[in-house]
Amino acid sequence: MYTKKECVAMLLAGGQGSRLYALTQDMAKPAVPYGGKYRIIDFALSNCTNSGIDTVGVLTQYQPLVLHEYVGNGQPWDLDKLYGGVHALPPYQTALGASWYEGTANAIYQNMSFIERYSPEYVIVLGGDHIYKMDYSLMVAEHKNKEADCTIAVLDVSKEEASRFGIMTCNEEGRVVDFTEKPKEPKSTLASMGIYVFTWDKLKKYLIENENANTGSKDFGKDIIPAMLADKQRMYAYAFDGYWKDVGTLDSLWEANMDLLNPNLPINLYDPGWKMYSRSPVMPPLNIGPGAEINNSMVNDGCDINGKVTFSILFDGVTIEEGATVNYSIVMPGSVIKSGAVVEFAIVGQDCVVGSDSHIGATPDASKNIEDWGIAVIGHSIEVSKNAKVAPKEIISENI
Amino acid sequence: MAATKRKILGLIFSDMHDAVISDLTKERTMGSVLFGGRYRLIDFPLSGMVNSGIHEVGVITKSNYQSLLDHLGSGREWDLARKKGGLHLLPPFSHVASGIYRGRLEALYGVWSFIGHSDANYVVLSDCDVIANMDYSKVVEHHISTGADITSVYANDNLSVEQAQSSTVFGLNDEGRIVDVLLNPHISGSCNVSLNTFVLSKEFLKNIVLEAASRSLYRFELSILQARAGDYKIMGYCHDDYFSRITSMYDYYNSNMRLLDGAERKKLFKTNSPIYTKVRDNPPAKFEECSVKNSLIGDGSIIEGTVENCVLFRGVRVKKGAVVKDSILMQDTVIGANCDISCVITDKNVKVSDKRMLTGSKNYPLFLGKGAEI
Repeated sequence: MYTKKECVAMLLAGGQGSRLYALTQDMAKPAVPYGGKYRIIDFALSNCTNSGIDTVGVLTQYQPLVLHEYVGNGQPWDLDKLYGGVHALPPYQTALGASWYEGTANAIYQNMSFIERYSPEYVIVLGGDHIYKMDYSLMVAEHKNKEADCTIAVLDVSKEEASRFGIMTCNEEGRVVDFTEKPKEPKSTLASMGIYVFTWDKLKKYLIENENANTGSKDFGKDIIPAMLADKQRMYAYAFDGYWKDVGTLDSLWEANMDLLNPNLPINLYDPGWKMYSRSPVMPPLNIGPGAEINNSMVNDGCDINGKVTFSILFDGVTIEEGATVNYSIVMPGSVIKSGAVVEFAIVGQDCVVGSDSHIGATPDASKNIEDWGIAVIGHSIEVSKNAKVAPKEIISENI
Repeated sequence: MAATKRKILGLIFSDMHDAVISDLTKERTMGSVLFGGRYRLIDFPLSGMVNSGIHEVGVITKSNYQSLLDHLGSGREWDLARKKGGLHLLPPFSHVASGIYRGRLEALYGVWSFIGHSDANYVVLSDCDVIANMDYSKVVEHHISTGADITSVYANDNLSVEQAQSSTVFGLNDEGRIVDVLLNPHISGSCNVSLNTFVLSKEFLKNIVLEAASRSLYRFELSILQARAGDYKIMGYCHDDYFSRITSMYDYYNSNMRLLDGAERKKLFKTNSPIYTKVRDNPPAKFEECSVKNSLIGDGSIIEGTVENCVLFRGVRVKKGAVVKDSILMQDTVIGANCDISCVITDKNVKVSDKRMLTGSKNYPLFLGKGAEI
């Protein structure tokens, strides 16, 4: 017989991340590399383990291979537990048939039996596509203090951004009185971060009702939260004021990487008290060659740097040949930038070869019209031939 | 001939030769001496064994082994956390007869119950003083095909008098049989030097270990290799690939610096036989406004100054205006602002305050012990 877990985390990692285009062609968004050695999902998983939550269901659906392999038995995050630990939960077949996860709420609904094995008091629902450090145990404590049915983590965003999020209006004691998903005319600037703590019994009731109502969306923001609000359940906002970055678009992924190079680190990866864990590849040490120039950059193990690198993030095993230049760019694991190539304001995927004297991307000043400018992107395992040019904003998903 | 299953047991002596770099082994064994920006010396024989298909390894140790145990843990990083075989730590007193041994034979006698239990039919013995990426399966192959009693791995090297005095040198006949063994000789020049790596069948090893115990013999090189070279068929296996041997601080310094040469580095770090080590969950190395040339930099390091011709381990900080040249800075060393450092080896957690000037020389690098604050 299993003993109880006070809180189980359910991590929604099935999203395609279609706005990352070539980068999510073969892998789900949470598996996309970030920050020189991490994958986006490392942040949610590390937060769990650092918050003392040792039971995590990872709901996968879109291109799960890379993600399943990466999460594995959870050992890098200390989530290989005798009881609990991390479990990948893809959709499955039952005696009644099989269905894909139809929405975020439906994904949890289909895995109620996983949650029930641990008879938890609380369930924390997380997204697998944000960069942030957060102590979930404090949020759960707050949820208990308030005797809440649901606690929603919120971030104060600017008025302009507000219409991209689920927006909450609260009364003086922090109780949520109104919630609107992506409002055209936002009533407040408190945006939902997609992190919810529920009292499990309550959530279970609403998941079942939602399933039976068959709304079509079966989504937390669209269905569960509004339904609970309509029933006057005790719902509270939990204010978060740290660094939180959605990496859902190519621009925001690039920006979130560049944020790490800011001297006033908005997110400290070097804090020994709150380590970000990841599955480390076996690599020789990082080498900076005799003719290299390197400034304001993060570079991981196994790289061989012989060219010029500024304001860039290089993942493990990247080679920058002599005479190559990389500026304001992200180069993912195992890629080679050949001599004479220039990579600027670009994202280069995993295991690419960027041919000699090619030119990827351009500085914003080089574009006459700033509207024409954007990050240039090379997908994974792409070969860019000698002397090729890739314009700003261009996305390359086949060899050129 | 019916095919017999070949199974190999690896045995690593973590603390032979500790005395040759006593500064570094004051608080650790030879096997846990830091090397090459992210490794411990034991990573090389251990990874080599794993890459050669040896999945059962015993690590023999005598004293100061806390750092070694911490580094090896369950052996998971070498893929040796196994139900069958895997990594076994063999400290003194772990077996009936094992105490503080005086030499290799006595150590082997002490852990014989472990060796005896293994179903391996061959045993590879290795020390931790050689940095190489060795394919032990080839040595075993050679051992079997020559019908040797003992196979001893050697390499041809140009030794100084000082190096030779901490070496075992072999004389070989035309068939590659070892006919002469010199222990710590007073010679110099081109020599066939022992890499302290041996292959024997388990049966043969058992015979010599038990016999030696009954005669109170404990030195393998002296009482077996040298004394019995006429009786036993001791074959040499020439390791014709990358290696460095550590017989002094000077060797230690040079074998680290040798990794700054890209061609040399490629010979040691091969794609098909990676060198495994403990994972430390550091973020990548960070370079601020700085100048870094010809150096290896460990993960988690933050560089704001000038670094040239250096090996920096994990978590090192070089602050603004500091200039570090021709030095080895081990894990978590902090070099203060505007320091001027050259030809220095810092052990772990050394803190150098701002504006210090520390200078050693390439043939006598200045050493700062673990945790020193200057």
